[in-house]
Amino acid sequence: MRTIDCVIVGAGHSGLAASYFLQESGIEHIILERGEIAHSWKNERWDSMRLLTPNHQVRLPGFRYSGDNPDGYLTVAETVKFIEEYAQFINAPVLCNQEVLSVDSNPLGFSIVTNNDEYITPSLVVASGACNLPSFPPCAEKLPESIPSIHPLEYRNPEQLPPGKVLVVGASATGVQLAHEIHTSGKPVILSVAEHVRLPRVYRSKDILWLMETVGILDERYDEIDDLVRARSIPSPQLMGTPDRKTIDLNTLSDMGVQIRGQLMEIRGNEVLFSGSLKNHCELADLKMNRLLKTIDEWINEKGLEAKFDEPERFAETRVEKSPPLTLDLQKENIQSVIWATGFAPDYRWLNLPILDRKGRIRHQAGVAAWPGLYLLGATFMTRRKSTYIHGAEDDAREVCEHLTAYLRKRSVA
Amino acid sequence: MTDTIIDNGVNVGALLDAREALTSAPEAGKFTWEASCKWINGTHSRSTCEAFYGLGEKQSHKQEFTFESDHPEVLAAEDNGATPVELVLVGLASCLTAGVAAVAQRRDIQLKSVKSTLKGSMDLAGILGIDSDIRNGFDGIHVHFEIDADASSDDIRALVAQSQKRSAVFDIVTNPTQVTVEVN
Repeated sequence: MRTIDCVIVGAGHSGLAASYFLQESGIEHIILERGEIAHSWKNERWDSMRLLTPNHQVRLPGFRYSGDNPDGYLTVAETVKFIEEYAQFINAPVLCNQEVLSVDSNPLGFSIVTNNDEYITPSLVVASGACNLPSFPPCAEKLPESIPSIHPLEYRNPEQLPPGKVLVVGASATGVQLAHEIHTSGKPVILSVAEHVRLPRVYRSKDILWLMETVGILDERYDEIDDLVRARSIPSPQLMGTPDRKTIDLNTLSDMGVQIRGQLMEIRGNEVLFSGSLKNHCELADLKMNRLLKTIDEWINEKGLEAKFDEPERFAETRVEKSPPLTLDLQKENIQSVIWATGFAPDYRWLNLPILDRKGRIRHQAGVAAWPGLYLLGATFMTRRKSTYIHGAEDDAREVCEHLTAYLRKRSVA
Repeated sequence: MTDTIIDNGVNVGALLDAREALTSAPEAGKFTWEASCKWINGTHSRSTCEAFYGLGEKQSHKQEFTFESDHPEVLAAEDNGATPVELVLVGLASCLTAGVAAVAQRRDIQLKSVKSTLKGSMDLAGILGIDSDIRNGFDGIHVHFEIDADASSDDIRALVAQSQKRSAVFDIVTNPTQVTVEVN
């Protein structure tokens, strides 16, 4: 049993960023890591994955990408290396192979049981990740057992899949990237598309995520926006980080021969039913993309920076078949596997505190949970829109650690 | 933003309050809508809507509303009312239109006029049992909106798109729904 001022759960980029700020304020702390540093990055990502943010945007508090390819996108191995180097750089107090089995409330704050120790702490930072568990639509369980299906958490590469056609469900960054890779490998893909976010990889010669940061969109705060619940549930944008900075939208995929279908709504025997709302989902995404491009154009004009950027352009509307089929007979169409790119959920099964909402997420405001001494990092849109990206961890961790430091000081005075 | 007051007759404040209230008390948001129907003669029937359930208790319209439905003379009927499939189009049109008004109010867009025409196409070879490969229902629905409002054409398109996204009837007609029918 050990008592310590603060415990961070998870040695990913968010937990390490918190450690940086706690060290700055002189708060004694440790990081409990179930496996090794950047564990999820090492073990739960597909082989070809790269960061969505360009290298020049990759940074953590006091540390940034320093390689010779600022416009490139880190591979998973490079991302792991970056996070490991950061842990070393800040000399983070990480205890590896300490899986947290339970957290309970305690008169002194929290009692934590790991697979080989126990801790008592007045403050706890949950930085265990937003993508620990697969998330499926309710009808997923009705998929005939003869058809193998996997979630992106288990997907590594197309060779893993049986020969034949593949149904990819979901068109966020994950869904479109996997559809692209699997179709390219020679296994024809049918892609089921619900509400999605369309973005060009490059606009007016600049990376779109860099533009969104530069014009201030990624810095929009949680208390400035209209509908936070919605903003937190927006799917990741259709982006891919490839050396040729290729845009991957539904038109790109259609051109390759990927068949686009509506949202998967139901499975009845061998028949999959798709929504008739595909056209509207595409229209919403096109309109939203154009509003974003307009915001960027206006910013450039206001600043008088036209000369530094290419000319504005608008991209072709998403092409949707006139009457995309609403059903798919899995047997007749010879579908040999299904990928459920339908999202992720955090794993808080070890957290025995009544602070989860009805969707199983920690109730919090800007990372300050609805429980004294409890903090959250690494979820979507914590303090700012950029929370999802590695460089978003800095502001989130700074604000959370400021609150935490003040909480501990107030507590020790009282 | 303009200084003029935008009024489409939608109480957005109340709707947002309701959303807030139902987020914290999800049970109150469980509604059941009802219709009762009585056969008159031939293909003519009369349906009424009055009671419904919501906010945790039985509710009621201010008055009972009545809908006649029948088939036209070309289908050997007396044409005492719109066909049931036309009533589906009416439901979709009304739902999308209400959505356009609500979204416009929320986005501070003054509507001047909103008109729509809906076309649902079907091949009667389905319902008449001539060809089992042809479905009974619409093979497609086409909605055309004509909207005059103080907004750009993209903003108007966005109103209509958002209205579809939030529409109950749009969801009902585009997505499968379990229907259980019991007798006596």
